[in-house]
Amino acid sequence: MTATAHDTAPTAPPGAADPPFGYDDLPALMARMTGADKHAPAADSLTDALWVLHQDVLRLDPARPDAEDRDRFLLSRGHGPMSYYAVLAARGFLDPAVLDGFGTFDSPLGHHPDRTLVPGVEISSGSLGHGLPIGVGTALGLRARGLAEQRVWVMVGDAELDEGSNHEALEFAGAYGLDSLHLVVVDNSSATWGDSRSRAERITAAGWSLAEADGRDHADLRRAYTLPHPGRPHAVLARVEPKHAR
Amino acid sequence: MPVPAATASAATASAPAVGGSAPPPGESMRDRFVRVASDLLDTDDRTAVVLAVITAAAFEEAARRHPDRVIDVGIREQLLIGAGAGLALAGMRPVVHTFASFLVERPFEQLKLDLQHQDVGAVLVSANASYDWPQGGFTHMAPGDVALLDTLDGWGVHVPGHPDEAELLLRRAVAGEGREYVRLSEQSNRAALPVADGRLLPLREGGPTAPVVVAVGPMLDPTAEAVAGLDVTLLYAATVRPFDAVGLRAAVGARPTADVVLVEPYLAGTSTARVAEALSGTPHRTLALGVPRAELRRYGTREEHARAHGLDAAGLRGRIAAFAGAARD
Repeated sequence: MTATAHDTAPTAPPGAADPPFGYDDLPALMARMTGADKHAPAADSLTDALWVLHQDVLRLDPARPDAEDRDRFLLSRGHGPMSYYAVLAARGFLDPAVLDGFGTFDSPLGHHPDRTLVPGVEISSGSLGHGLPIGVGTALGLRARGLAEQRVWVMVGDAELDEGSNHEALEFAGAYGLDSLHLVVVDNSSATWGDSRSRAERITAAGWSLAEADGRDHADLRRAYTLPHPGRPHAVLARVEPKHAR
Repeated sequence: MPVPAATASAATASAPAVGGSAPPPGESMRDRFVRVASDLLDTDDRTAVVLAVITAAAFEEAARRHPDRVIDVGIREQLLIGAGAGLALAGMRPVVHTFASFLVERPFEQLKLDLQHQDVGAVLVSANASYDWPQGGFTHMAPGDVALLDTLDGWGVHVPGHPDEAELLLRRAVAGEGREYVRLSEQSNRAALPVADGRLLPLREGGPTAPVVVAVGPMLDPTAEAVAGLDVTLLYAATVRPFDAVGLRAAVGARPTADVVLVEPYLAGTSTARVAEALSGTPHRTLALGVPRAELRRYGTREEHARAHGLDAAGLRGRIAAFAGAARD
């Protein structure tokens, strides 16, 4: 399998022309969901990886969240979605006022996201290990429909990779050469067995391109996200501080 | 309206043969599935076939013509369903196929979350569900597939009794948008019936107190043989979900009390709750016949398994006659 559509960084400026909020607004947006005074970025391992992806990589338009020619971002690790909702609000997909009702009966925002309730949310997630197989199918479907420029990004946690379903998808996508598919593993050392090295080795052994990055360093994330990977799916292992002190 | 099942004309139900050619003699439902799905791949570029090795060899020609739309993921059933869901999210109509054990039971959470919870459609096509391959043993049997799907919302479940019915139901399922399960079997009735509307099809009308017998899919021929000469009303179902409550109530008619017999080729009692819902306004008894829960732990032939389960004509007749007799005591 060869294809050339996905081996370079996007050339068009991604995202909305004028998003209402910036990175520095995220702590306040997250606080609207939790009642805390504010949140340091470290309050969520995904925050920076999500932000850079949305700001610099994904081609999305909050005015047309269902546009056929959008990139697809699938948050597979659906628990602890506050930073996800905050980023969606900052990028113009959500009215920030909606954040206040987080988790309540009348709110569209639950502790696991529901794609049928929130604009811009591509999959309903929460149970671990579902995003990457769905991402494989989405990439196959876009390819079959001739949508050759559209990319699929899936974000998982390092512990989530323990679910065997991911390995069914990793092996298949690597061997198939599904180069429109991208995986971000946010690694906060929370997996119960194995380690960061064994995860990286399994991903590369499956035929993927792999870049490692500091999951808090925006320039480093941007570099890792936009590396060329002709003919192969691409994974970024974004390391952040360990969930539990070692 | 009595229409003996054995003499119903196949011509009334037959879908147009693929490519205008007559089906090869002895073609199974699974063979027909391959021809119909290959034809749909040729004629509708929204169609994608997702496989996990099983039946992949039969799709080789279609895969050569449509390499992007015939995908064999290997022996990876979680990926099979997840990839089918992703295809649907991308605007395709996935047709997902393997043996029932590995299509419904092994990746059940994927059916629940990747398809239902994402609110996307797919057509699942199974083979070898109950005891189509007795020599394969219990690892390759899934008599509980329909009961499992009953824990989910909004699935259409089709149990064709003949390859022509299978073709009709497959084409309708793929043409739609919903979540559909088409349960193919190696066991088949002699003749196809007109099953396009998804309703219970009345075949024989008994007297005013006669039991109402509902035979599902390939159970029709043994059931029709079993009730020969008995005073029963006989209905046929090739689509069991949604369950045709209106059709059952119509068959019960003005009876103040009703006796209902279900003859299902999967787990006994799977549709008992649906009968109870349909007849909630009528005092009734139900005899639910089907595959028992207990493992048989025998190999052998389909005929031997049908006999062991009491699902051959003699076994069915004995139990239906006893139930009907008890009704009159």
